[in-house]
Amino acid sequence: MTDALTSCLEASVRTATPLALAALGELLVERAGVINIGLEGIVLGGAFGALLGAGGNSLTIGFIAGCAAGVAIAALFALFAVTMRADQIITGTAVNLLVLGLTGALYRGLYGATGAALTIPTTGSVAVPLLARIPVLGPTLFDQPPPTYLVYLTVPLLWWWLYRTHSGLAVRAIGERPDSVRVAGIDAHRWRWMTLLMSGGLGGVAGATLVLSQSGTFAEGMSAGRGFIAIAIVVLGRWRPMGVAIASLLFGAASALQYLFQAMGWRAPYQLFLALPYVLTLLALAGLAGRKIEAPAALGRAA
Amino acid sequence: MSDPISDRARSWIGGWRQVRPSLATGAAAAVVAFVSLALLWLALRLAGFDASLALGALWRGSFGNWYALTSSTFVRATPLVLTGLAVAVAFRAHVWNIGADGQLLIGAAVATAVGLAFGTAPAWVLLPLALVAGAVGGGCWAAIAALLRTRFGVLEVISTIMLNFVAVDLVGYLVRGPLQEPSHAYPQSNPIPAAMHLPMLIPGTRLHWGFVAGATAAVLLWWGMRSTAAGFRVRAIGANADAARVAGRIDVARTTTNVLLLSGALSGLAGAIEVCGVTFALYENISPGYGYTAIAVALLAGLDPLGVLGTGILFGGLEAGALSMQREASVPSVVVTAIEAALVLLLLALSRRGSATSIISRFAGARLPSAEEPS
Repeated sequence: MTDALTSCLEASVRTATPLALAALGELLVERAGVINIGLEGIVLGGAFGALLGAGGNSLTIGFIAGCAAGVAIAALFALFAVTMRADQIITGTAVNLLVLGLTGALYRGLYGATGAALTIPTTGSVAVPLLARIPVLGPTLFDQPPPTYLVYLTVPLLWWWLYRTHSGLAVRAIGERPDSVRVAGIDAHRWRWMTLLMSGGLGGVAGATLVLSQSGTFAEGMSAGRGFIAIAIVVLGRWRPMGVAIASLLFGAASALQYLFQAMGWRAPYQLFLALPYVLTLLALAGLAGRKIEAPAALGRAA
Repeated sequence: MSDPISDRARSWIGGWRQVRPSLATGAAAAVVAFVSLALLWLALRLAGFDASLALGALWRGSFGNWYALTSSTFVRATPLVLTGLAVAVAFRAHVWNIGADGQLLIGAAVATAVGLAFGTAPAWVLLPLALVAGAVGGGCWAAIAALLRTRFGVLEVISTIMLNFVAVDLVGYLVRGPLQEPSHAYPQSNPIPAAMHLPMLIPGTRLHWGFVAGATAAVLLWWGMRSTAAGFRVRAIGANADAARVAGRIDVARTTTNVLLLSGALSGLAGAIEVCGVTFALYENISPGYGYTAIAVALLAGLDPLGVLGTGILFGGLEAGALSMQREASVPSVVVTAIEAALVLLLLALSRRGSATSIISRFAGARLPSAEEPS
């Protein structure tokens, strides 16, 4: 039973990692008043970039390529939604379609119509000395693939930047009152661009994680709604880094439940498990009703 | 401009001028279609394909011959027009229903279930029953998002997307569980009774009456959006929800709910028609993403229902042609999804101010200066 529990917890953290990376990026963007539905496309693009980059069997280049693909897609979004002040939701939707079509076409073009079982080496898990030996928690938290440690780093860094620096304050102010901020001499467009590029990088790494640390292959549309779930996670995490990390972990746990149920021999239609994260998202969002939710006031509005 | 006053002014002018914005949208779509072909040609050249062979196949497989036009393009356009209308109506009210695909799936599933349950009923009962059931099913699926938005304040952008994934899993379960064909060998339902088949519109082709239903819905919605009180409310909350509430005493929550229900019903109808006119059974992958393409269809039409009829046929042709392009020139057919998205971005760039309403003003209203500013 302890083994089953440990492997379930370990799977929770593993599943939560790409969600947390993408959600932390989206958190940053939303604090600057931008809602980027194109995050789904960023994650998918990151996954495809990782596939291309890791072609030469270099995992590092794979992650860098995934990150770069994410940044490039975020830049496209920023060009329309920030510089041209286009509607953010329409732009995000178009970006998603674009990435879905492009990655699908390129994948089939490069690897054949069937895209038959393509395997890429994956990063193994890296144990942190000493910490990994703590019972249950050790293997759960400190014997994971490298991207998980990136989450551990990003959460405090993001908190420190947003709440303890002048530029972080500026970003949060842009998300509340872009007009007033302009009077204070802050360039709202510039900071929205910056946060979008950063979130593109994080979302790209999230996609790369799917390929290089989890599945070891690419499939069309393999982001499977993770970008959208990440956007919901930002709401659940109340637009705060630590909240987002915890909410991601909850989602990871929901997805990992199926391993536990399987270990317990509980039989249910597997589609139920597949649908669980999405249903949970809806329930969790509905559960926040009536509470004071601190959404950035200018979320979704052009600056 | 979609602000209520100028729209009302335009309707006073009357006559065929009312149709002109739709014609302008059509012309704009034609220009964009031409640009898209140029883009596609360039992309194909860059990717090292035989561009003229591929584009020739695209033409032959879509608009270039009578059989392809009726049996592929129009058939493919039918669900695109209906879901495109669903998206257009919702977006007009600034209700971001991204869930047309899920609503279509539920509509298809409910229509199939009804057809299999009442298989012995005569055609004049069964067919309308199945179509209505599909529309109700799609509407109910959208009602979840409506309830979440009005009661719990959940953004419908997120909820409708989540519901899409749930619908995929639900249909996946149905075709492997309760609705699976008796041999349990394939993930699909039994064929629906012949009484439920939509009659063919043109003998010798695969074109069914669902296409007429789509076109009729487009005309009805075009008229309803512009000439009824309900259509006015939809446009008013889309233009400015706060102003509509305060100055127009419009119940925004109620209008939003109704818009989502209508939108879901149109998508559900699309699913039912797909089952009754094309597939004749429920399959897991019954929708190749119609509900997502529908967003591009609606935006490219400037959210104008008559325009949706045009862009729906255009995209139906693109997708039908893409399949023949894949067969004859081995160009991956998904490339059209990227082209469609590029078109939407192109349109956003052209309209500068970028919101859905300003796209409308650029492509429809802007050509009617006299109606814009009545003196």
